[in-house]
Amino acid sequence: MIRVRQTEVLVIGGGPAGLSAALEAASLGCQVILVDGDLALGGQLIKQTHKFFGSKDERAGTRGFKISEILLKELKNHRDRVKVHINCTATGIYKEDGVVSCVIGEEEYFRIKPERIVMATGAQERLIPFPNNHLPGVYGAGAVQTLMNVYGVIPGKRVLMVGAGNIGLIVSYQLIQAGVEIAGIVEAMDKVGGYWVHAAKVRRLGVPIFLRHTIKEALGDRVVTGALIQEIDDRFQPVGREKKIDADIICMAVGLTPTCELLWQAGCEMIYVPQLCGHVALRDQFMRTSLPHVWVAGDAAGIEEATAAMVEGRIAGLDAARSLGKGDKEDLTERLEDLQKRLGDLRGGEVGQKICQGLACCSIQGWGA
Amino acid sequence: MDEKEKLFNSGVLVAPRKGAVRPPEDLWRKKKNGLVIIECPQRIPCNPCHTSCPTGAVKPFKDINDQPEIDYEKCTGCANCVAVCPGLACFVVDLTWGDEDQALMKIPYEMLPIPSEGEIVECLDREGKAITRGKVIKVLEPLRDRTRVVHVEVPKSLVMEVRAIKVVKQS
Amino acid sequence: MDLIREHPILDFKHGRKVRFTFDGEELVGFEGEPIAAALHANGIRIYRLTPKRRQPRGFFCAIGKCSSCFLVVDGVPNVRSCITPLRTGMRIETQRDKGVIALDAE
Repeated sequence: MIRVRQTEVLVIGGGPAGLSAALEAASLGCQVILVDGDLALGGQLIKQTHKFFGSKDERAGTRGFKISEILLKELKNHRDRVKVHINCTATGIYKEDGVVSCVIGEEEYFRIKPERIVMATGAQERLIPFPNNHLPGVYGAGAVQTLMNVYGVIPGKRVLMVGAGNIGLIVSYQLIQAGVEIAGIVEAMDKVGGYWVHAAKVRRLGVPIFLRHTIKEALGDRVVTGALIQEIDDRFQPVGREKKIDADIICMAVGLTPTCELLWQAGCEMIYVPQLCGHVALRDQFMRTSLPHVWVAGDAAGIEEATAAMVEGRIAGLDAARSLGKGDKEDLTERLEDLQKRLGDLRGGEVGQKICQGLACCSIQGWGA
Repeated sequence: MDEKEKLFNSGVLVAPRKGAVRPPEDLWRKKKNGLVIIECPQRIPCNPCHTSCPTGAVKPFKDINDQPEIDYEKCTGCANCVAVCPGLACFVVDLTWGDEDQALMKIPYEMLPIPSEGEIVECLDREGKAITRGKVIKVLEPLRDRTRVVHVEVPKSLVMEVRAIKVVKQS
Repeated sequence: MDLIREHPILDFKHGRKVRFTFDGEELVGFEGEPIAAALHANGIRIYRLTPKRRQPRGFFCAIGKCSSCFLVVDGVPNVRSCITPLRTGMRIETQRDKGVIALDAE
């Protein structure tokens, strides 16, 4: 019989949102278990060499991997209350008894029975259909970052980037820092989707951005040796001649989609929101889902920036702890209001508009009694 | 969409606009140590240029998404913002530097190799074209966070073109 | 190995160097780093062949979700090589089929 571990708060996912949630819950005295499937905590933060945007409150001007170090250090201060399992995948959640099953590595199974759950499962890479997209060498942008920025492995010699959102632009810049040549960035829209300043950074280093272009095909027999790209018109139909690009890596940065399997399994009310890039849980202003014991935060709640994920994580962690009767009521109300205001500020820009439209579709003003 | 707009949409500034303005000529010509040029034409949630400015030259933001506005009278060309800006969008240009046709630029740099003082580097425009060569005067690391601020001497006529440097291998 | 020797921002701290085999060939990697990273650093890009069409598959998501990088490790198939740490002496093989799990004889 596999024994069941009890905890007040289970946080699933140790990225920016999950770490923040665990920290806040622990700071209010909760017993916390934090599980993460990766070999190290920090999620996508540990691969970010660029300085973060935002304000001082969100540690603007500090590199992403440094922010992760700061959060991990803070977590250590709560080590008597936070039990961390890495290389640990939450494999299922059972409605009948609220048990979450987990596996460490490939074989060591155990079960957790939490009183509250914060789902901070993050996101997964999207892939678009084109011939030979299965060839080794067609890699997700996050995977390329992991190889080069976490493990110091040179991913390839020459990279074609697909997608000029923030991830495509940032990873291109990071590839140049790692000494890798960028053949170009292909973007289907007529402008870059990421921050203009990120685009300017790579443009001034000589990287071409092919707007209104798409990848037609990956070339190569056993592994990627190049790609065909082509211009597209207003209706995304191919026009003009195909261009052949030599590359041994085709890096896919065409977007992420929230990792929502556990939310479905738990029975949270879900809705498809294109602006948030997939199925997301309905949530109230404190990130609480339709299930009173389940919260959601970060990319799992809708694809957005890590800065916002950290604020959402804090809100979820505080509110989950509050629901367990922890903390001072007035103080918590004040802190939560402040965090909500910061979140609103972060979403006030051009890129934030889309997020706000999406949130309007899945936000509930209080679940009532 | 015309070519200029297309170029801008790919991350290349083609003309001044809100958040990416040229300093006033008279002041600029005589301001020792230079004035900042910020090229941040899009509303994004970011304000370290303001919070790092010791003189208040980058005016307070009403909304964190505002584009920076500069009170050029107050700018001392200290380049704090050059070092901190997550978008590497700040540059200082000192027109009082050196000979009549020379100027000094303070440019952020996060690549390898790190140039040394006195070295001749390629100067790149906003599309990465090498348009001139310049002498490195100083390499600073103001925040000790590996973003270098490289002081490079360039022809005065190219200060609105040069936006990056590239270290060339000596052959 | 294809490793980044110098980086403008990052310092890489690798663990102990250990030996392992891939399809019988002896290779070196860093203990505790993902198997997939160690193989990639050794120039290996094909990790498995699909059961029916024998198409090559390799690294893709690096977060243990896509099943592209499944390998056989010490006789165990379907190992997510992107999130499984390398250990000394591991016998790693290209996965050529769905993978058969050896059950204890009872």
